[in-house]
Amino acid sequence: MSEEKFSSILVIGGGISGLTSALEAAEAGYNVYIVEKNPYLGGRVAQLNKYFPKNCPPYCGLEIFFKRIKTNPKVQFLTNSEIEKVSGGPGNFNVTIKINPRYVNENCTNCNKCAEVCPAERQNEFNYGMNKTKAIYMPHELSFPMRYVIDPLTCRKIDGCRLCVDACNYNAIDLEDQPKTMDLNVGSIIVATGWKPYDASKMDNLGFGKYQNVVTNVMFERLAAQNGPTEGKIVTPDGKPVNSIAFVQCAGSRDENHLAYCSAICCLASMKQATYIREQNPDSKVYIFYIDIRAPGRYEDVYRKAKDDENITFIKGKVAKVEEEASKKLTVEAENAVTGEKIRKTVDMVVLATGMQPNASDAKIPGLNVSYDEYGFITAGDGIFSVGVATNPTEVSSANEDATAAALRAIQVLRR
Amino acid sequence: MAEEAEKIENVEEGQEEVKEEKEEVEKREPKVGLYICTGCDIDKLDIEKLKAVAEEAQVPVIKTHEALCGKEGVNLIRDDIEKEGVNSISIAACSPREKWDIFNFGDCKGCVVDRINLREGVVWSHEIDEHSQELAEDYIRMGVGKVQKMEVPVALDEEIEKSILIVGGGISGISAALEAAKAGTEVHLVEKSDSLGGMAAKYSKVTPLKSPFKEIEDFNIQEKISEVMNDPKIKVYTSSKVESVAGQPGQFDVVLNNNGNTVDFRVGAIVLATGWKPYDASKLESLGYGKSKNVLTNIEMEEIMSNGGLNADSVAFIQCAGQRDDEHLPYCSSVCCNVSLKQAKYIREQNPDSKVYIFYRHMRTPGLYEDFYRTIQDDEGIFLTKGTVSSVSEKDGGVVVEAEDTLLGERINVKVDKVVLATGIVSSMEGVPTTKEDQAKLEEEGVEFYNILNLGYRQGPELPILKYDFPDSNFICFPYETRRTGIYAAGCVRQPMGIRDSIEDATGAALKAIQCIDLISKGGSTFPRSGDLDYPNVFLQRCTQCKRCTEECPFGAINEDEKGTPIYNFMRCRRCGTCFGACPERIVSFKGYSVDMVATQLKAVSVPGPEEEKPRIIAFVCENDAYPAMDMAAMHKLKYNSFIRIIPVRCLGSVNTVFIADTLSKGIDGVLMLGCKYGDDYQCHFIKGSELASYRMGKVQETLDRLMLESERVQVKEVAITEYDKIPQIMDEFVEGIKELEPNPYKGF
Repeated sequence: MSEEKFSSILVIGGGISGLTSALEAAEAGYNVYIVEKNPYLGGRVAQLNKYFPKNCPPYCGLEIFFKRIKTNPKVQFLTNSEIEKVSGGPGNFNVTIKINPRYVNENCTNCNKCAEVCPAERQNEFNYGMNKTKAIYMPHELSFPMRYVIDPLTCRKIDGCRLCVDACNYNAIDLEDQPKTMDLNVGSIIVATGWKPYDASKMDNLGFGKYQNVVTNVMFERLAAQNGPTEGKIVTPDGKPVNSIAFVQCAGSRDENHLAYCSAICCLASMKQATYIREQNPDSKVYIFYIDIRAPGRYEDVYRKAKDDENITFIKGKVAKVEEEASKKLTVEAENAVTGEKIRKTVDMVVLATGMQPNASDAKIPGLNVSYDEYGFITAGDGIFSVGVATNPTEVSSANEDATAAALRAIQVLRR
Repeated sequence: MAEEAEKIENVEEGQEEVKEEKEEVEKREPKVGLYICTGCDIDKLDIEKLKAVAEEAQVPVIKTHEALCGKEGVNLIRDDIEKEGVNSISIAACSPREKWDIFNFGDCKGCVVDRINLREGVVWSHEIDEHSQELAEDYIRMGVGKVQKMEVPVALDEEIEKSILIVGGGISGISAALEAAKAGTEVHLVEKSDSLGGMAAKYSKVTPLKSPFKEIEDFNIQEKISEVMNDPKIKVYTSSKVESVAGQPGQFDVVLNNNGNTVDFRVGAIVLATGWKPYDASKLESLGYGKSKNVLTNIEMEEIMSNGGLNADSVAFIQCAGQRDDEHLPYCSSVCCNVSLKQAKYIREQNPDSKVYIFYRHMRTPGLYEDFYRTIQDDEGIFLTKGTVSSVSEKDGGVVVEAEDTLLGERINVKVDKVVLATGIVSSMEGVPTTKEDQAKLEEEGVEFYNILNLGYRQGPELPILKYDFPDSNFICFPYETRRTGIYAAGCVRQPMGIRDSIEDATGAALKAIQCIDLISKGGSTFPRSGDLDYPNVFLQRCTQCKRCTEECPFGAINEDEKGTPIYNFMRCRRCGTCFGACPERIVSFKGYSVDMVATQLKAVSVPGPEEEKPRIIAFVCENDAYPAMDMAAMHKLKYNSFIRIIPVRCLGSVNTVFIADTLSKGIDGVLMLGCKYGDDYQCHFIKGSELASYRMGKVQETLDRLMLESERVQVKEVAITEYDKIPQIMDEFVEGIKELEPNPYKGF
């Protein structure tokens, strides 16, 4: 089919869904552009320690994704880039892309000499702010492209600092790098703008941001990761061992005051995370406070395995509040919705199973002609297809099914 | 960034050049150019000595540059290609995972490029001393020897059929057919019954398919069916069964039994969408099924609703009937909670005074279906009880359901007109023999069975099953991963799912089928080595019919003739090299990954005499997981022992035991193999590479015994890509173990 000349597909977002759509279309013979706002591809899954149900590392799949990009000239990608404007319609979209300065060019060899001399530090958002990097930094171990980037907000170039420039043997750093714009004409668009964790500090009763040892599930994922802030050793944020831990399910999800929908992954994510702590500390006790355990299909196996572990206790009840003891331990109080009976557990650490909120809930792409539901999920578009959590809360496997389907629909538009 | 932008501007030209380079490529005389980068701390090594090693190996062109990946460095190489006729380029610099775009001389016809990893592989991961210098020198010898043997792949050039076969005419099959046709693909759609529609044709209404996911929807499958019937690109065969499928992707020869007549045609790829069957409710006597006519299954309920409905004052739904239960289906069927909520709504709409009770264990309405659940919760006539049903019995023309409310801890009794059992989804692959052995066993026992695809594959007639009769993918990140190239399962045959998901899944599977055909029409492999043109070259004259390759191929690519000689089906091949690893005669090779290349590398390792106390160890390392983990260890400047020489391999399945014997008989002290996790939750993307490596250890043991060497000299270790912190420990412990043994007595032979 690819002997004929067809227009290209634009994929907005280079997370797992966007990568899937892009590669599946490119391997079917069509030209694809990926535009990603982070300085690396891989999105949220790059920040996960393991996937349920096999507890396998997402890096493994990403390595294959990146290898496929390396060997496929039909996939082009831009990182550090955003869509500024979209106009036109199916078969003929005009897209303006803003390429934000990275301050580090393709000469970078990833030798780390720059970071060794950099005097400035920044919060490491890859680890959800739980540690710091230098102002010039490599986002993570499997960054793609493997190139340093400068955070302009913390870089001290305005003070005249040029230490990294002087340290670089390869003329790779340009502190005067400016934003650029680029125009593309494409036939169809796939929106894979993904999600962000729901802001846990909005739930006053659960103590996030107030009590040090209350963390969110995405943070916990980093605490268990070898390349996380604690090199994979799970400790409380105040540095103590974790002998007991409580997972608070539906933290902000299935709640009309927050996210009315179910985020689909949090039950499985918490059961997976329970295995992290159980493996590290065989004496640890885990309490999972839930409304319903949602483990569809053969994910039921994950639930069965968790139930078989006598140190994991499932407690049906919506958590009413989390309170801090003088020891910095936390007491979780749940209420049985029917009987009103109160259940209390005091633990070393609390993990809030916060939900997924579509990035489009507060950041919509200008000119992108799609409709949204009340939550910010994309419901429809013409010649524009949304995939992954831009469409609905979902896990990686079904996101990638949808992303593969969207590749075909995007191809159909090119062939009309 | 600038380079990415430039790349984008040049994309149009780039694509034109991919094809047509066959003729000039053949019969090339290799001329090796070695380019040593001295940047990124590599200059801590004695570069002059590295050059001397290459000179000794008679490398005609040897150059160094302080930043080989810069414009100047790359131009240096390009100049040599153009002016010196260098065509076998060996780049001694960083890991081959880095600067792949810079050191890509794909536009230079007849050139091969190989990388020697001096940065991550030596200077970043080892103390700089005499030992690491020797390591680097060995890598230079190994690398220039290897590149000399590398050849340019020549793509397969076969006649490819581009139409696809879709088996199953339910919602998944219909969706796959329509979507494939819309992309210009010809479709053969086969359905065993006399009409299209499958299970979905039984539903009068469905759970919400689109935003706002609050109300049940009408679902008119007849519209879709007539769309299929009127599409000139779709040929429909009802009352038809696939008798057999022979051949390979691009050339699948299909024989149908079409209403008693034989029809045959050729397709390029297949979508398996044979759907599901309801769990056998006769096994649910304990829930009253078969004992009371007022106890129905959810499917029977659908039929009643489609045929005028049910006028009942009270109905009870029992969720997870025969599911999530070790005695029945151990898994959850995903859709039954939503289906019961929908049916509750039916009943309430028909009789606004009716009462509906739903007994559930966990209400599973994930994602936006929570909005639908909330709609149901707002209905005052629907009573939701979290509880376990203990008995169902007939009483006074009605049915009494007794349950324990797990929240209140109370026993509840309700008497209703009808009870609906939310029975589960069973894959249509249930009872279908997937291997020849299974089939022979069923035939012997006289058990009736049927085939779905009846593939002419040596390893068996059907898609292999993952778990619970579902031929599903083993990888969350690659849902269309398949063990039979060109055959993609979609819908409930592979996983329990609802209509909305089935449509998406089928559309995805249609893309995969179309994509497979496009890739192989260019001579390329499908996932994960997508587009790889290199395929096995097999010297059959020396084959001893041992059948290891035909048995071990993870993708069933190799058939056998009656004598047991392998018949390769290259378009089924995924280029993992398992056959290359399996063959005791070493008659399988790729142009870019050959027996000769590995042997040359092993030969190139210098083995100091026993008195020097410098053990030598070869590590065969999986290039997808263990190798990147080693790169990450190097990024973190984690150091490990310098006695180990790494040879990256496609998969541990491609490590031939003969290589191990060769290694040891040369005086090398030990062999380590690093692969991924195996077992039920295997992580190998070639299915069983590391498992095979372990299995073959048995054969290695024989070799060790023959050579009178200790078994500890050869080990397989599992390492995940993120376990970079464990690399030094694994390496150092292995070396320590080797040091405890006497030096290999074959040194100096």
